[in-house]
Amino acid sequence: MSAVWTSVVAVGVGTVALKAVGPVGVAGRRLPPRVEQLLGMVGPAILAALVVSETFARGRSLVVDARVAGAAAGVVAVALRLPIWAVVVAGALATALVRLA
Amino acid sequence: MRRGVRVAAPLLPAVFALGASFGVLARTAHVGAVAAIAMSATTFAGSSQVAAVSVLGAGGGVAAAVVAALLLNARYVPMGITIAHSFRGRMLGRLAESQLVVDESWALSGGGTPAFERPVLLGIGGALWFAWVGGTAAGAVAGSAIGDPSAFGLDGAFAALFIALLAAQLRARRAVAAAACGGAIAALLTPYVPPGIPIVAATAAVLVGWRRA
Repeated sequence: MSAVWTSVVAVGVGTVALKAVGPVGVAGRRLPPRVEQLLGMVGPAILAALVVSETFARGRSLVVDARVAGAAAGVVAVALRLPIWAVVVAGALATALVRLA
Repeated sequence: MRRGVRVAAPLLPAVFALGASFGVLARTAHVGAVAAIAMSATTFAGSSQVAAVSVLGAGGGVAAAVVAALLLNARYVPMGITIAHSFRGRMLGRLAESQLVVDESWALSGGGTPAFERPVLLGIGGALWFAWVGGTAAGAVAGSAIGDPSAFGLDGAFAALFIALLAAQLRARRAVAAAACGGAIAALLTPYVPPGIPIVAATAAVLVGWRRA
């Protein structure tokens, strides 16, 4: 099997397994309230990390580039309570415009 | 489930476009069209696919590509556990349904909150899957004719999308604290560890909430 197909299969099988851990492994059971409370904060923590990495990370470096304009437009759009598609479009437009400038 | 499809509808053009940019990127990294489409259909997790393909394209080797991709997807373990109580029935059904969990479907269906609705997640995830795989096919076949996807600002659109998803989850003070710590952990670790690890490590931010609870 070529390197490409080995990677496709390994990443596919691995991701299927990672996604299945909760719904297949833990399914149907309620966790202790304390644990559920903690898990409620997994979302904000991971989403904030994704915001940081999508805005500033380029491999292992933190850079300031046109994506910052996209993120700023996103913050403004959210503050204006625009629907999510408008937030996405605002982010793309701002990033593209700054890059063109 | 229909409500999920409706919720996902505004995102479909963006996801299709992102899928197309992955398809184009895959071709420039010498990943064939069929392999790129197969990856989108089975892995269905954009950032990890981009990571794997770019490592392969840079000559990083299979092990590096697979590890980078799976580190990026390790977040699906805690995310899946937050919604696990809603999944019942046969194991194969749950296995299939769990594959429709992606960042957007999880967050927009109330993942990690008491308002989580599994049918909405399945509707969103299913609609996004078709857009993602279809976009990949279009991009992989059209190849270099599309040009550089970053010219469209699609990478900045990702940041804006995650900001919107995050804002929807910042209702309690503890959530704000966890987000602040998660973002700080990611920023601090980025220069020192391989891509993907900072996002997994940000999960440690929930411990802030433990002390404050």
